[in-house]
Amino acid sequence: MKLEVRIHGRGGQGVVTAAELLSLAAFDQGLHAQALPSFGSERTGAPVVSFCRIAGRPIRAHDPVSHPDVVVVQDPTLLHDGAILTGLTPEGLVVVNTGRSPDQLVHAGLALAPGQCAVCLPATELSREALGRPLPNTALVGAVVALTHVVELHALQAAIRERFGHAPDEVLAANLRLASDAYVLVREQERHRA
Amino acid sequence: MLRQIEGSRAVAETVARCRPEVVAAYPISPQTHIVERLSELVDSGGLGGCRYLLVESEFGALSACIGGSAAGARTYTATASQGLLFMAEALPNASGLQLPIVMTVANRAIGAPINIWNDHSDALSQRDSGWLQLFASSNQEAADLHVQAFALAERVSLPVMVCMDGFVLTHAMEEIDVPEQEAVDAFLPPFRPRQWLDPDHPVTIGAMVGPEAFTEVKCLMVQRQRRALDAVAAVGEEFRAAFGRDSGGLLRPYRTDDAEVVLVVMGSAWGTAADAVDALRVDGVRAGVLGVTCYRPWPAEALHDALSGVPRAVVVNRAVGVGSGGTLGQDVRVSAPDGTEVCEVVMGLGGRPVTRAALADLVCDVLDGWEPVGVLDFRDADHTVVARELVREEAPS
Repeated sequence: MKLEVRIHGRGGQGVVTAAELLSLAAFDQGLHAQALPSFGSERTGAPVVSFCRIAGRPIRAHDPVSHPDVVVVQDPTLLHDGAILTGLTPEGLVVVNTGRSPDQLVHAGLALAPGQCAVCLPATELSREALGRPLPNTALVGAVVALTHVVELHALQAAIRERFGHAPDEVLAANLRLASDAYVLVREQERHRA
Repeated sequence: MLRQIEGSRAVAETVARCRPEVVAAYPISPQTHIVERLSELVDSGGLGGCRYLLVESEFGALSACIGGSAAGARTYTATASQGLLFMAEALPNASGLQLPIVMTVANRAIGAPINIWNDHSDALSQRDSGWLQLFASSNQEAADLHVQAFALAERVSLPVMVCMDGFVLTHAMEEIDVPEQEAVDAFLPPFRPRQWLDPDHPVTIGAMVGPEAFTEVKCLMVQRQRRALDAVAAVGEEFRAAFGRDSGGLLRPYRTDDAEVVLVVMGSAWGTAADAVDALRVDGVRAGVLGVTCYRPWPAEALHDALSGVPRAVVVNRAVGVGSGGTLGQDVRVSAPDGTEVCEVVMGLGGRPVTRAALADLVCDVLDGWEPVGVLDFRDADHTVVARELVREEAPS
C-alpha cells in the first residue's frame, strides 16, 4: 500500500497544514506517513509545495515526492504553471480548488494523459461560507480522502481535532464540517461518474 | 509511544526531558520551531527551574551557554547557518574550556548568496572547533541523539553539536517515539560538572596560557577528542540497550558487506540512499550505504574497517571547501583502505533535493566506468549555465 500526494498552493493557504493533516489521519489509522514541506520564500502569496507519503511500512526516504498519485491544486491560478502535473502517475488524480468543471479545465489547457483524471471542488467558496475566510485546505483534504479510499473520514476528523485542538470551538467545528461536506460532495460526484 | 509529530517539536520535547537548566535562544530558520517549542514548555512550567534566556544574537546565545555551563548548569541552545558562523568566536572557547554544552544545528547553507535551505556547509565549516558533531539520519535519530548528546558531553566534558537537516528533518512530520521522561531520567544522570564557578570556592576558568604550555593544552584537546570516539560508540550501545533502538554510534552501514559500490553519506540522505540501494539490489546491483553519524571526532579506524573489501566508495558531499575539495570526501580518502577506490561528488547544496533516482543513477554510472571530473564533480549542477557564465567572465570587456 502506498499513496503519495503533492500539494500546490500559496503561502497562507495552509499547504503545509494540509499535508500534515493527511499524514496525521493516516497515522491515526495505523499506517505510516510523512508530511514534508518544500518551502518557497516563506511569503504570503508565494507558491508553496508540500508532500505527503502514506505507506504500509515505515518510511525512510526524505526526498520530495516525484511521482504523486494525487496532485492537489489549492490555487487554480497555479494551473498555468506547466510543471504542476510533473511526474503524476499514469492513473493519477488532480484535485483542483475551482468552481469550474474538469472539462472546462481541460479546454483551458490542463494537459491530462488518457488515464489521468481531474476532480473539481469549490473549496474556497465552501470555506468562505463555513469559516468566513478563504482557507481551502481542510475541504481539499476531505476530497483527497474521499477519492483515494486509503484513509477514513473519521481518521481525518480525528486529525483535524488534534491539529486545531487549540482553536476556538467554532473554528474547529467549521473545519470538521468542511472536511465532511467536501467528502460527501466528492463521493456524490464519483457516484454520478460511475 | 509513537506519535505523528514534527521533527523540531520532537527534538524540543526530548531536550526538555533532558532537564536543561539554562536554554539560550535566538531564532533563525530552520531551527526556530525548536526554541519556540522549548519556550512554550518553559513558560508552562514543564521545565522546572530552567532559565530561558532570549538573547540578542547567536553570539550572545553561545556566550550565555558558556557562562551557564561554567557555573555548573546543564545548558542547551540551537542554531543554523549564519547563526552558527556568528557563534564561531565562542565555539572554541566552549570546547577549549571543556564545557559540555549541547547544541542543535538545523543544517542550512551559508551565504552569499543567501539561502535558507539545507546542506552541511554550516556545521562542516566548524569541523575544527573542537566540538563533537553527530549527524542524524532520521527524525527518530535526531530525537535520540539529543539524549545521547547530553550523556556524552557530560561524560567526556566536551560540547556536542547534534546536526539535523534543516527543513528536510526539522519541518517533516513523521512517526517519532519521543523518549519518555522516566527512561531519559534513568539514562541521563544529573549533571555533575568537573569544575564550576562558585564564589565560595573560587577557581579561574579560561586563564591565559603562553608559549610555555599552549602546545600541550592543544595536544590534550586532541587526545580528549580521540578518547571521545570510544564514548560516542559506548553511549550509542548503552542507548540501544536502554531504549531498544539503533540510534547514534559512529557509523551506520546498510547492506555494505558484499557491496561493489558503497555510497558514503551524512544526514537524512541515508534513508533515501537506503531505499535507492534496495531498488538497485532488486535489479542485481550490489550497492550499499555507509552513513557517517559521528563526523567529529572522525572515526578513521571504524571507517577503514567498514570499507574493507569494498572496491568502490562514492562520497556524497553536501558541503564544498571552495578552493580545495569536498569536505567529507577528504576525510574519507585519508581513512579508506588501500583496496577501496574513493571518488566524490557534490550534491544537494542549498536545498537541491538528493533523490533516490539521482543516487541510483550515480551508483550505476560509477559501475559503468563514469569518473568524476577533477577532485569535485558537481553532480546535480546545470553545467551549461556555469560554462556560459565562465565564458562571459573571461571575455575581454
